[in-house]
Amino acid sequence: MTPTATWKRVLILLVCLWGMIAALPNAFYSRVETHNDAAAAVQKADGVATAEQAADLTLWPDWLPSALMPLGLDLRGGAHLLAQVQVEDVYKVRMDGYWPEARDALRDIRDQVGAVRRAPSPEDTLRITISNPENIQAALAAVQKLATPVMTLTGAGASDITVSAEGADIVIRLTDAEKTATDDRTMQQSLEIIRNRVDQAGTREPTILRQGSDRILIQVPGIGSAAELKSLIGTTAKLTFHPVVSTTTDPGANPGPRNLLLPARNQQGLYYIVEETPVVTGEQLVDSQPAFDDRQRPAVSFRFDSSGGRRFGDYTANNIGKLFAIVLDNEVISAPQIQTHIAGGAGIITGQFTVEETTELAVLLRAGALPARMEFLEERTIGPELGADSIEAGKKAAIIGMIAVLVYMVASYGMFGWFANVALVLNVIILVALLSAIGATLTLPGIAGIVLTMGMAIDANVLIFERIRDELREGASPHRACQAGFERAFSAIMDANITALITGFIMFWIGSGPVRGFAVTFTLGVITSMFTAVYVTRLVIELYMNRRRPKTIVV
Amino acid sequence: MAWRLKLVPEKTSFDFFRYQIVTFGVSIFMILASLVLVAVMGLNFGVDFKGGTTIRTESSSQVDVGVYREALAALNLGDVSISEVRDPAFRPDQHVAQVRIGAREGEEAVTPEMIAEVEAALQAVDPAVVFAAVESVGPKVSNELIWKAVLAVAAGSAAILVYIWMRFEWQMAVGCVAALLHDVIVTVGIFALFQLRFDLSIVAALLTILGYSVNDTVVIFDRLRENLAKYKSMPLREMMNLTTNETLSRTVMTASSTLLVLIVLLVWGGDVIRGFVFAMVLGVLLGTWSTLYMAKNIVLYLGVDRGDKPKKTGGSEFADVEA
Repeated sequence: MTPTATWKRVLILLVCLWGMIAALPNAFYSRVETHNDAAAAVQKADGVATAEQAADLTLWPDWLPSALMPLGLDLRGGAHLLAQVQVEDVYKVRMDGYWPEARDALRDIRDQVGAVRRAPSPEDTLRITISNPENIQAALAAVQKLATPVMTLTGAGASDITVSAEGADIVIRLTDAEKTATDDRTMQQSLEIIRNRVDQAGTREPTILRQGSDRILIQVPGIGSAAELKSLIGTTAKLTFHPVVSTTTDPGANPGPRNLLLPARNQQGLYYIVEETPVVTGEQLVDSQPAFDDRQRPAVSFRFDSSGGRRFGDYTANNIGKLFAIVLDNEVISAPQIQTHIAGGAGIITGQFTVEETTELAVLLRAGALPARMEFLEERTIGPELGADSIEAGKKAAIIGMIAVLVYMVASYGMFGWFANVALVLNVIILVALLSAIGATLTLPGIAGIVLTMGMAIDANVLIFERIRDELREGASPHRACQAGFERAFSAIMDANITALITGFIMFWIGSGPVRGFAVTFTLGVITSMFTAVYVTRLVIELYMNRRRPKTIVV
Repeated sequence: MAWRLKLVPEKTSFDFFRYQIVTFGVSIFMILASLVLVAVMGLNFGVDFKGGTTIRTESSSQVDVGVYREALAALNLGDVSISEVRDPAFRPDQHVAQVRIGAREGEEAVTPEMIAEVEAALQAVDPAVVFAAVESVGPKVSNELIWKAVLAVAAGSAAILVYIWMRFEWQMAVGCVAALLHDVIVTVGIFALFQLRFDLSIVAALLTILGYSVNDTVVIFDRLRENLAKYKSMPLREMMNLTTNETLSRTVMTASSTLLVLIVLLVWGGDVIRGFVFAMVLGVLLGTWSTLYMAKNIVLYLGVDRGDKPKKTGGSEFADVEA
């Protein structure tokens, strides 16, 4: 056989060596995991290690790679959620935000447009009726000034709102560019808040990903259930401050247009009618802490950012003596009377809380409310025992499958079977190394993918060996037969593997969940098997042929 | 001569076209029967595709499906099915059941209250029960998942068609894809016939079957292309027989080693992936059958351009370079 070029040999050996070293941590999984956790904790604490962490760090030498294949939810147990963010919620908030601005702008030209009233409209539009429709153009011009340019990659220069006249009404709509930008911001904000809250719970390797335009995938290993995860993410804790219109005890009372009827949290049967548009919202909070009021009752302190503080200050200055409602998740926590102008935008909320409640509430307020509601489209909980059982089953199947194939190859091809087996074992090792290096999550279908590529990996060797047999049968010398076997089989191996890769890529591209997990190991397995079955086997056979120089070979 | 395990004798000369009408007919019949089965009986869709909730319960005491059913009947959940899961890998005191609750009309999101109610009801009749896995999928996602699954199989077939067309002749591409679709359709048909649970992992299996089956067929076509150049005057039918006999040992060897691994997975891989592995076993068997009896019949019927310049399409020039 023509010997492989030296640089190629070195490269092949280096890849194999790398594979063995990089796959090694997986053989000591729990040990390396403890080490990695300790290392991460130490890094977080700026290099200060506790005695326990220092002990954990010695479990695995630093000079060895420590990347592991992360285990998927089906193997470790945990919860999976697919949430759809109701991005339209934010349009309504935006429109509500425009109403006071538009009202003030029109008030300035009151002599022309007359009285201004907000008319009912769909949630993503703002409709304002003026009493002097003949001067609608002036009104349009005034409202138009409120528009600001949208900053986007494509729609630079586009305005955020369109203002049009419809009879006596001025209609404000968000432009598509602004909607896209708003949606994007809503998604970013939601992701950030979810990430914050999941991180506060301190679980390992959570996956929080945006999927498509308005969905978020959340996978948290090690958490008890999807319900627990949901309460952690908290679809709740939306804090707003509303002007109070009146109070009532009738739960069926009609609050009137643009008002809300909300129950009191601590007083059964008491309802507040409040203006729907809040004065300030929890999004403008910059800090919140558990505290006590002047009578030593548990309370929650809060502080607004400058714009929220100013708005809060202005409102309190103009409405002394009136009630305003502190609303948490559509329940009125308390509705104190405004005693003085509250400048600086800080205050406390009291409402018959326990100390635990104030602590929790402060955390929730600090983390920020989700800007929009979330609808859960998919929830999965996998218990840790089921995961452990699956790992056991997968391990067992992989080992038995491996042995079965090794025996089968030797029975079928004798010594050449052993050559192929070297390649097969290396294939699995390099595949594991690759999965660890890129941090691809190992799932149960993924294990099936590895086991399956073992079965299919030997196909390349079978093709080569059958070709060598053909050549021998036709009377070729051992060297010539091996040479021709590799050369002739190559195009079939390429075609077979490229088509397998095509299906692998398509699975990855279109698939989700189990399909994706399988696609990753399958695709990588096809690639590593091409490397080991063709190059490694060739190198092994080459060494044998050139050392021993056999007169005859039996394949 | 050293002993070798040989499933196929050294030299064979089977005539794979002798019972052409029967073998091809069987394939066509299986495809049609599968389509009818899927249309009439429908597939036993898992929650991935149908929406709803599955709860996997584990208990140290014997599972009585009747008692579970009675316990849940009071909750008025509508479409509920309960089945006991048996597996050789289970411990002797491990009794597993699968409770499936259909998605309720008009309910998009999943209701945690319902799951809590179900869990409480089951715990009332069997205090030892734990819930190993709970999975809920809303109808919106499940519809998308079906669509995606169909798209995946279609895109996979189309990509393979184009690749083989580029590398070989269009007739072979058609033959190959017909064989692939045969394998996928009949596998789905068998799932319909036995009402086996059809979920996302089965779609992964179908795509892998595509990959495996094409692999199998391509190897024969590769040899056929070589022989076409070698024996210019041999009739196509004989040449295909020769080619198939030459590669028969490899076809059987690869199929049996893949099956070997799959059977190991089937027995020891646990019940969670059993459906997936079973689909793969069917796919390998059907893939081998369609390689031997289906793809070539179509190529024979369509004929292969064997003029002096066999590679005249743009795509085939590429093939010429590699071959």
